[in-house]
This record gives sequence, structure tokens and C-alpha cells, in this order.
Amino acid sequence: MLKKPLITAIALSSAAFAGASQAEAAELTISCGAVGAELTLCEEGVRAWEEQTGHSVDIVSTPNSSTERLSLYQQILSANSSDIDVMQIDVVWPGLLATHLLDLGEALGEDAADGHFPAIVENNTVDERLVAMPWFTDAGVLYYRKDLLEAYGHEAPETWQELTEIAREIQNAEREAGNDSMHGFVFQGRAYEGLTCNALEWVASHGGGNLVESDGEISINNTQAAAALDLAASWIGDITPGGALNYTEEEARGIFQSGNAVFMRNWPYAWALAQSEGSDVRDKVGVVKLPSSGENQSAATLGGWNLAVSRYSEHPEEAAELVAFLTGQEEQKRRAIAGAYNPTLEALYQDDEVLEAVPFFGELYDTFVNAVARPSAVTGDAYGRVSNAFFSTSHDVLSGNKTGEQAVADLERELSRVKRRNW
Amino acid sequence: MTSRQFSKLATRVGFWCLVAVVVVISVFPFYYAVITSFKPSSELFRVELWPSQADLSNYIQVFSQSSFIKAIFNSVLIATSVVFIALLFGITASYALGRVRFRGRSTVLLVILGVSMFPQVAVLSGLFEVIRGLNLYNNPLGLILSYTIFTLPFTVWVLTTFMKQLPMELEEAAIMDGATPWVTITRVFLPLMWPAMATTGLLAFIAAWNEFLFALTFTLTDDQRTVPVAIALLSGGSAYELPWGPIMAASVIVTVPLVVLVIIFQRRIVSGLTAGAVKG
Amino acid sequence: MTSTVNDSAPTGARSPARQYRSTKVRRQRVRAAWTFLAPMLVVLALVAGWPLVRTFYFSFTDASLSDTAGAVFIGLENYLVYDSGQWYGVLADPVWWGSVWNTAYFAVVSVSLEVVFGVIVALILNAEFKGRTLVRAAVLIPWAIPTIVSAQMWAWMLNDQFGIINELLMALGIISSPIAWTADASYSMWAVIMVDVWKTTPFVALLALAALQMLPKDCYEAAEVDGIHPVRVFFKVTLPLITPALMVAVIFRLLDALRVFDVIYVLTSNSTSTMSMSIYARQQLVEFQDVGYGSAASTLLFLIIALATIAYLYLGRNRLQLGGE
Repeated sequence: MLKKPLITAIALSSAAFAGASQAEAAELTISCGAVGAELTLCEEGVRAWEEQTGHSVDIVSTPNSSTERLSLYQQILSANSSDIDVMQIDVVWPGLLATHLLDLGEALGEDAADGHFPAIVENNTVDERLVAMPWFTDAGVLYYRKDLLEAYGHEAPETWQELTEIAREIQNAEREAGNDSMHGFVFQGRAYEGLTCNALEWVASHGGGNLVESDGEISINNTQAAAALDLAASWIGDITPGGALNYTEEEARGIFQSGNAVFMRNWPYAWALAQSEGSDVRDKVGVVKLPSSGENQSAATLGGWNLAVSRYSEHPEEAAELVAFLTGQEEQKRRAIAGAYNPTLEALYQDDEVLEAVPFFGELYDTFVNAVARPSAVTGDAYGRVSNAFFSTSHDVLSGNKTGEQAVADLERELSRVKRRNW
Repeated sequence: MTSRQFSKLATRVGFWCLVAVVVVISVFPFYYAVITSFKPSSELFRVELWPSQADLSNYIQVFSQSSFIKAIFNSVLIATSVVFIALLFGITASYALGRVRFRGRSTVLLVILGVSMFPQVAVLSGLFEVIRGLNLYNNPLGLILSYTIFTLPFTVWVLTTFMKQLPMELEEAAIMDGATPWVTITRVFLPLMWPAMATTGLLAFIAAWNEFLFALTFTLTDDQRTVPVAIALLSGGSAYELPWGPIMAASVIVTVPLVVLVIIFQRRIVSGLTAGAVKG
Repeated sequence: MTSTVNDSAPTGARSPARQYRSTKVRRQRVRAAWTFLAPMLVVLALVAGWPLVRTFYFSFTDASLSDTAGAVFIGLENYLVYDSGQWYGVLADPVWWGSVWNTAYFAVVSVSLEVVFGVIVALILNAEFKGRTLVRAAVLIPWAIPTIVSAQMWAWMLNDQFGIINELLMALGIISSPIAWTADASYSMWAVIMVDVWKTTPFVALLALAALQMLPKDCYEAAEVDGIHPVRVFFKVTLPLITPALMVAVIFRLLDALRVFDVIYVLTSNSTSTMSMSIYARQQLVEFQDVGYGSAASTLLFLIIALATIAYLYLGRNRLQLGGE
């Protein structure tokens, strides 16, 4: 019960302290990535900023699982604590965390986000406040076995129908040739956020809308969406193993990388690993945009991470400057070349040095720029429920417990229930 | 061979088969972890029963992080303190609950048990506030305090049961001699309670050593992390890649001390044979 | 805490007053008992009191994770409310009842198996044979590996495509095609139970072993001289004597199993076919941000566990000797 006055006292004294020591070197804390390459890159960027400004920055590591990371942030933020000044937040979190985050448009000027992909900037703007700066982006892509498609005389598929047929043909031929564990197509089918991304791609590329539109209207109950889910369900047991109902990114990659799948839906990270030394499919992999239904545009779900400043930071100005530095052109270019992190600045996709390092950035530029955002900004606090309802329903369809038509009708009812209470 | 000899032999063979099955089932996943920890990352998805190579890069990667060694130290410190506190409070409380008859004893036992009835995740936010209020955030003391929430009820209950089973005559003699309760505990009961204390202590140690959710939430910087958190925070080159090899290497490293601990403490567990002798 | 003193005392039959039990000694002993209990109760009140009260309080509010300070009292709405033709709240949620059923099933099956296996393992460890030390250490390994790691390890080994379990079973000819252990709803609950039994049998075994070690040796010698069959000795002598210790092991296993979280979460995530009450509560609290609703689920979970424990203690009161001596 001591807590409240204590925290107020700390807040007051720290405010006074911050006021007095404006000119002195500030001590900041940033959470970016965990360990490994991601951390090294962040560390190098942070050190460069320290040298430039004379402030000092501590890096703390956070869990790799994004739900755990989110709940850790929320724990710290809802205690109004200043333990972390700058945090790396997922593209679906701005709506959830907005009240705890600083308006960067105010701190850095209205033009702070100029030059970044508009879709991400829009995603990060909540109630006209820019709560996070885009740092790097991610989008679903289709991996395929160049060697197998060539051997059977096929081009990379452009529609889901083509993908299904090619996958079935190659899978069956390979199995007859003795490779029993060959599969046509693997994706992320576990009941978790990844399935929301996958299913959103199927639905959107069939012209079935965006689950919840940006005006808050629930659009899922339509025939195209039902058809998209039915198509995905038809893959299970045909070109996709039944175990895919519990696959995340890594299980899918495991099968593809050991040479046992023709196609895989995954994020760009799998590229470097599939091409790594000792990989069974090294130099046999191609990457293209995901297929569509034919009449509609291909759709890739938007992923990626942003940098935000806590409202409870003791040094908000310095923290905002650090964010501006890390998301600036120079840093993003360095990260793209050194770690293949997709920049969020349009200009960098025409940069020769970047394209030389990662050629498929240029080919897939359209995919990255047109990626479909999950409806997190509009649903705010309720996004968790919305996404859960969507992936649970999709999971039901995949496991054959519901038809697509039934599923989208149920989902609409469920979402209206959530909407009435929450957004 | 007589039938008696035969049945004796069959019993022996059956016994050793049983031992073999138990050992294989217990150790196999650990063995598999050891094999996996010697594989380079590109080999991970290949299924193998026997190690084909000894690639030490995963171990080098784990040990090259100074924070991991610090985490082992933190875990040892925290788990040892937790065991010490749990046993100290546990033995005194179990004397009170197991040997003295007083009003409200059952209620106290139930209240203690009630503490372990909420899901950890529900207690988390409240405990976070307590820890912040006591200014123990990002401090080993905060973890030691919060771990008593699951070690104390367990230790008290187990020790109480064992305490109750000890023969009455022992204490009567002590009381006749005019010994105070404290002396009775330390001189009479403590020597007899060693097997129970070694066992509960070991179980509490492992529980504290392996705890994850509190450790993650109540610490912030790398130099205050404990082992499970440090393992969970090992990560691959990017957000989705699970660094399986280093995780397995780290798990092997942190499991070995526990195995050593068991081998040391099991002498204590064995020494319980003397407890039985008293009654006879 | 002092209020509990006035609660009804166990009404065990009082044996005729023995010599030492003079009023003075008794009073001294009771005072000592409370002195000994005090530090432990203070620590528990400190770490558990506020979190439990807070959870209870929030279950009657609409608190959300991003804004707990602005919580408004909404009565029983999180539990059950009737609004324009439909029931809302935890008690009206079929997913909650599904998770209650899953948890009960999981707890009963896995704890029973653990007790049976635990006692068998303890009997083995209690026997005198060469290499006993190493076998004891080996048996404890499953309990010693952090759950977050061992559950991941099993997820890996149970994978349908590159998991070693399917590989072994297929090599032995037990199954003909790989089984999707964690994805297929008909296997996933059993996969979870199997991993839990593997992990926690050592816990029961160790407690049973400690109880076995504290048994008087002379009973056995007598039995051996009389030529009674060992199995009979076990059921007639050993088992009754170690029952109190087993009952306590079961209580704590039951409390843990009813709150099961990480094993299921790592193996099958939020899948409704294996969702436990704790996973349900966590999903509401963390993923859906709904602290009020999640606290209501946690409080119900607490009530269910409390009822189960009281029922268990009541049924086992003679064995456990909670009341009198």
C-alpha cells in the first residue's frame, strides 16, 4: 500500500532532477532484440549515438517470444516506471500501448516520419499521435524449390490454384521416386498469431477484405473469405502434412530446409538460413510474392518492429533523439547491408549498395510496400481477442471441424460481440 | 537348478530390466539434448540416435557470454538462500504444527496451502507491485522473497507430516529433562529429520532453480538474470529463429550441477536409515 | 492472523492427561508454537496477501492491462451477466467450461500415473544394489531440467516430421506413418500428460523414497522371517506406512496439476482441445488485456482448487491425521 505515494515521490523527484540536469549527459535504457545478430547490430548503432552525443545507453534484453515481451513491457509501463526509456515494439502493438507512449510527432517535429512507408506510419499513428517510428519491416513471402520446379517444367505459381496443382504433382512424383517424407506446401497453422498472418493473406488475396476494415466495420462474412479458408483446409492431408496444424515459423522452416517441401510460406528471415552453409537446399531456393486468387492482388501480411519512447521516461527528449537516430537513413542502410533487415525508408530500396547485398529487396519491393496491416490500430485493446477469434476459427476450418461458410458467419457474430464491448 | 533358485534369478533379471527401463526413460531426452548440443545449426533437423560429430561451437557461444556465467552465479545464490529460508522456517513451523496441539492449527495449515492455489500469472502483477514497493525490483532479494510463495507451503507441509510420524517418547524424554522447544528441535528432531530435510531442500532448490515467470518479470538487466531466463533469452540471428543448439548446450550446462547436487545429497537421504533404528 | 486462534480446535479424543502435560508446560508449548509460526506467516502475508486481495478485487472491475488505475467497479459482470437476450461472463463461456474439464481430466490422470510410477521408482531406489547413486541421480534428471526447456525439448522430439519419437516408433514397427502428436486433438492431451508424468514422477518418487527411508527396518525383518510374500508385505506394511507422505505429495501435485500452465503452453499453445484453466486465465489477462475478466477466471480457478483440496482433505482425513494425533 506504500506503493502509490512512493512512486509519486520518485516521479516528482526525478522530474525535478531531469529539469535541473537538462544539459548534462543523460542515462538511457533501451530494449532492442535479445542477443545474437540483432543485438549486435543494435549495440553498434547505440554506441555510435553515444559517441555522437555523449549520453550513455544501457541495453536490456527481452524475451524472444513477442507475447512475453509485450506483457513484460505492459507490466513495467502500467507501473508508470521509467526502467526502459526506448522500446522495440511489434507492428501490432501501437494500439495497445499508445496511452503509455510519447507522441514522437510532437517530440521530433511533424515531418519525423517522412520518407517511411506510409502504411507503417499510418499503423503507428493512434488518435493522430505518432507513437512509434518504423525501424524495420517484414512481410510474408513464398519460398519455392527452384530445382524441383525446373525439373518438372514449372514456373513459380501466381495463383493459389497453380500452387496447389504444382505442389500436388511434384509431391506425388517425388514420393513415387522414393522420398516418402516429401510435402507440397508448408505454412504456419498453429493456433497463434502466425496463423492470423497466414489466414489474412489467404482472405485478402481472394478479395475477402481485411477482417476488420479501418473504419471498424467487420467485413469477414463474405463468400470470398469462406472460399479462401476452404481452399486452405483442402491442403491439409493433401499437399500439407496434418502436423502443420501445430507449426510455427521454425517447424515449417525445418521441413523446407531439410528438403522435404516444395513450397513454404514464411518471413524473409528464412532466406539467409536456407542459404547458409550446410543447408540441404542451399542454392536451390527461390523467393516470390505470395499467390493470389487470380482476379485479386497478392497480399502479404505486414510484420516488423518499431521504436517507441515511454511516456514515463526521465529523459524524453534524448530518448526521442536516439529513436530518430536509430531509425534514420544511415542506420537503416547499415542494418540492411549487415543484417538484411528490411528498411522502412523507400529511398533505400533504390540504393545500389543495399541491393547488391540483398538482391531480392528490389524484386519484392512491391510486396513490402503494399503489405496488409492486421487490424490492430482500429481494434486497439481488443486486438488480442480479434486475432484470437480469427486464428481459432481458421484453425477450426483447417482441422475440418467447420466449413468456411459456417466459420465466417460464426466469426462475424463473435467479432460483433467483442466489438460491442470493446471498440 | 531348483525352482527356488530359478525364481530368485528371474526376480533379479526382472529387477535389472526395470532399472534399465526407468533409467532409459528418464535419461533419454537428456541424452538427446546432449547430442543436439553437439550439432551445428544446419544439422538440427536431421534425426540421429548417435552423435556423428562433436561440434563445440554451441558451448563456446554460450560461455562466451559473460552474462551466462553471472546468471549461474545468481541462480546458485538465489536457490541456496531460498532453500535456507524455507528449511529454517519450515522446521520451526513444522514443529509447531506437527508436535503441539493448539486451537486453529488446521486453519493455519489450510491458509498456508491456500497461498498455492492461485495461478502464478494472476499473482504476478500484485507481486510486482509489492516488489517495487519494497524497492527490490531487479534485485536477487526480490526473487528470494517471491520464491518463498511456492517453497514455504510445500516445505512446511511435508516437514509437518514427517515430524508427526516421529515417536512420542523422544519428545517426552526431552520435556522431562526440562528442555525448551528450541532445544528439542535442534537436539532431538533435527538429526532425525535429515532425510526429509534433504529431500524437501532438494525439491525446493530445483523449484527455485527452474522458476521462470517471476525471474523474468522481477529482473531487468542481464547481470541480475537467473539461468532459465538467460536460456530463454538466448536467441538466434533473427526474431523467428530458435537457437536450438545453444539452448541445448546451456540446458546441459545447468543440469549438470543439479545432478552433482543429487549425488552429494543422496548420502543424507540414505542416512535416514538411522531414524528407523530409534523406534526399534 | 491471530483471529484463527479462536477457530474450532480439532476434536480428537483426548487421552487421559499424561504426567508432563501440566498446564504450564502446555501453555509454554503453545506460546512457542505461535512464536515459531509467526515469521513464516509474516513472510507469506507479505508475498501473498496483497497479490491475492488485488486479484480478488479486480475480478469485480473492468480493469484492463494498459490501465489498471482507471478500473471501475462493475459487480459480478465478469462472472455472469444477462444482456439483451444473451449471457456473458466467464461462467457463460463454453471455452472456460472446456478448460475446466481439460484441467480436471489432466490432473486426475497425470497425478494418478505419477503416484503409481513414483512409488515403483521409489521402491527400486530403496533397494540395495550396485550403482544406486548413479541411478538415483539419473532418475532425478527430468525434474531437474527447467520446464521451459524440457517442454521445448519434447515439442521437438514429438514433431511429426523430424521428431525422434515417430522415427523410433516407426523403426520398431509400432506405427506405420508419422503421428502428429501435438497437432491432432485426439493425441495432444495424451502427449501433454505423458510429458508431465515424465517430468514430475521424480518428485513423487523422491518424497516416497524419503518416507521409505524413515520406515523402521524391524517390520521387514519380521516379515522376512515369517516368509510373507514381498508383494503382500508392500500392500500390508509399506504402503499404509508411507501413505501420509504420499497424501502430501498428492496434494501438492494436485495443486500444481490444477494450475498447469507451461507444459501445455509450450506444447500446444492456446489450442482449445488442451486449454487448461491457467492458460485461459493467462489468455484473458495477458493476450486479451482484460485484467478484470482474467482475475474473475483466476478467482474461480482458486475456488475450484480450494473446493477440490477441501474435498480431498476431508476424504483423506483419517490417513492424513490433520486434526488429532
